[in-house]
Amino acid sequence: MGFLPNTNADQQEMLKKIGVSSFTDLIGNIPSELLFKGDLKLPAQLSELEVSQHLTNLALKNENCEDNICFLGGGAYDHFIPAVVKHIISRSEFYTAYTPYQPEVSQGTLQAIYEFQTMICELSGMDVANASVYDGGSALAEAVLLACGYTKRNEIIISSTVNPNYISVIKTYCHGREINIKIIDWENGITDLDKLEKHISDKTAAVVIQHPNFFGCLEEMEHLSQLTHNYGALFITSNDPISLAILEPPGEYGADIVTGEGQSLGNPLNFGGPYLGLFAAKKELIRFMPGRIVGQTEDKNGKTGYVLTLQTREQHIRRDKATSNICTNQGLNALAATVYLSLMGKAGLPKIAELCLQKSHYLSQQISEISGFHLKFHRPFFKEFVVEINSGESVEDILKQLLKKKIFAGIALRSFSEKLENCFLCSVTEKRTKNDMDYFVTALRELY
Amino acid sequence: MRVPENVKYTEEHEWISVEGDIATVDITDYAQGELGDVVFVELPQVNASLKQMDAFGTIEAVKAVSDLFAPVSGTIVEINEKIIDTPEIVNKDPYGDGWMIKIQMSDSKELDKLLDAAHYKKKIS
Repeated sequence: MGFLPNTNADQQEMLKKIGVSSFTDLIGNIPSELLFKGDLKLPAQLSELEVSQHLTNLALKNENCEDNICFLGGGAYDHFIPAVVKHIISRSEFYTAYTPYQPEVSQGTLQAIYEFQTMICELSGMDVANASVYDGGSALAEAVLLACGYTKRNEIIISSTVNPNYISVIKTYCHGREINIKIIDWENGITDLDKLEKHISDKTAAVVIQHPNFFGCLEEMEHLSQLTHNYGALFITSNDPISLAILEPPGEYGADIVTGEGQSLGNPLNFGGPYLGLFAAKKELIRFMPGRIVGQTEDKNGKTGYVLTLQTREQHIRRDKATSNICTNQGLNALAATVYLSLMGKAGLPKIAELCLQKSHYLSQQISEISGFHLKFHRPFFKEFVVEINSGESVEDILKQLLKKKIFAGIALRSFSEKLENCFLCSVTEKRTKNDMDYFVTALRELY
Repeated sequence: MRVPENVKYTEEHEWISVEGDIATVDITDYAQGELGDVVFVELPQVNASLKQMDAFGTIEAVKAVSDLFAPVSGTIVEINEKIIDTPEIVNKDPYGDGWMIKIQMSDSKELDKLLDAAHYKKKIS
């Protein structure tokens, strides 16, 4: 049942009870020159049928991944979502439940979050994970703030191979605080280690690396981790959770904080959100972590139960000294990820990662054999790669042509860097068939 | 409610006992009772210097966090590592094993500004 507004009679009764004769009496303290006078120019009301038709027409203007073949990446990917995921998250007990602050009535939600946290720890090789934050970008920003607070240093080194949108978010979160952000150039698709060594010092709170990076390339994580720790700084990573099924867990190469975007785990593309911020850390950092944490405990009868714990980190108790101002999590998205990971399991998830790896390498090989196209970087990569065009045509034109053939070919990289003005980023997930990829390659060949 | 006679008290419910120029500091029995089960104590580093009424750390119960205030100025010469591993000691023995820090006082005259047992008893009644 939808929203039922107050009738005029209801409003009169309320005003009488308050002791005023009209609504304008209640806003009498607003200077009259600031008040809007007249009527709001709203269009005439529509019937339910007309509204439905109007919205349908708007929606039909969108292209989607059902009718097009998607090779888009850059932080959000078209992975397979089994039907069971939607079935479970659609249960009203999960769908409508909100904050599990009252554990007595929230054991289902709390247990699901606890399982989610456990799975993220297993994937990342870290000691503790929180109940999730908004998305990969804000997770990374929170990690940066944690590092500054914990080390009491105010310089952050971020590789330029981190997703540019995440770097933007980090800058926003750091605004107003005296944090000095240094961005390190890339060289042949990965972080330029020489340049990093020149910039790191004992003023550095953290080094931030994405792996695989924005270009899809694998970074030299062991080396970067060691370098970071030589200066007493924290090593912060941003990882694609699907990649963690076959790449080394960051905990094993000394990551202090692991963040990531969980959209690839059972969550649809949704035109950009809601997504799922993953956040995991070493035990020493637990009291500095942002976000909700669910713990396992015993009730007075000795039965296992779950509860939000270490709440003294959070705003509602620690107020202005809280570890973060976040006071929520992406409950339903985390549940979707948990269901997805349970279904795929320890055998299934690596298979998915392998399919992404094999298929992206098949496609990159095929594309590089077309004259006028080549791979920009010659480095190991996971499920994305950068294609450079040397035929003189513009990337934007090519992408438009392919759109006409119902192919979302990739993301133009011109806006991210001058050095990449003839490049686009192409991603392949397990959903892309050989036919899809051959169709894409044929379309490229037939372009000019 | 224990309010030992031979120590001094702050308005913020810390007590301080002095031997020579070394002062031992903790929260009072009243304070630990009000807080409930202590789950975590955050203490400063040894050699940190404090001014009277500086916040030197925090004490956490399940649903509350409080700052801890230095009753006198000086340098921290010792911290009680035991309460970091077993914070319950603060509840069980606030005037003994549950001590938090030892300060080498820089100005013993500051003690005159603090409350004696009688005044503290009146404050908490």
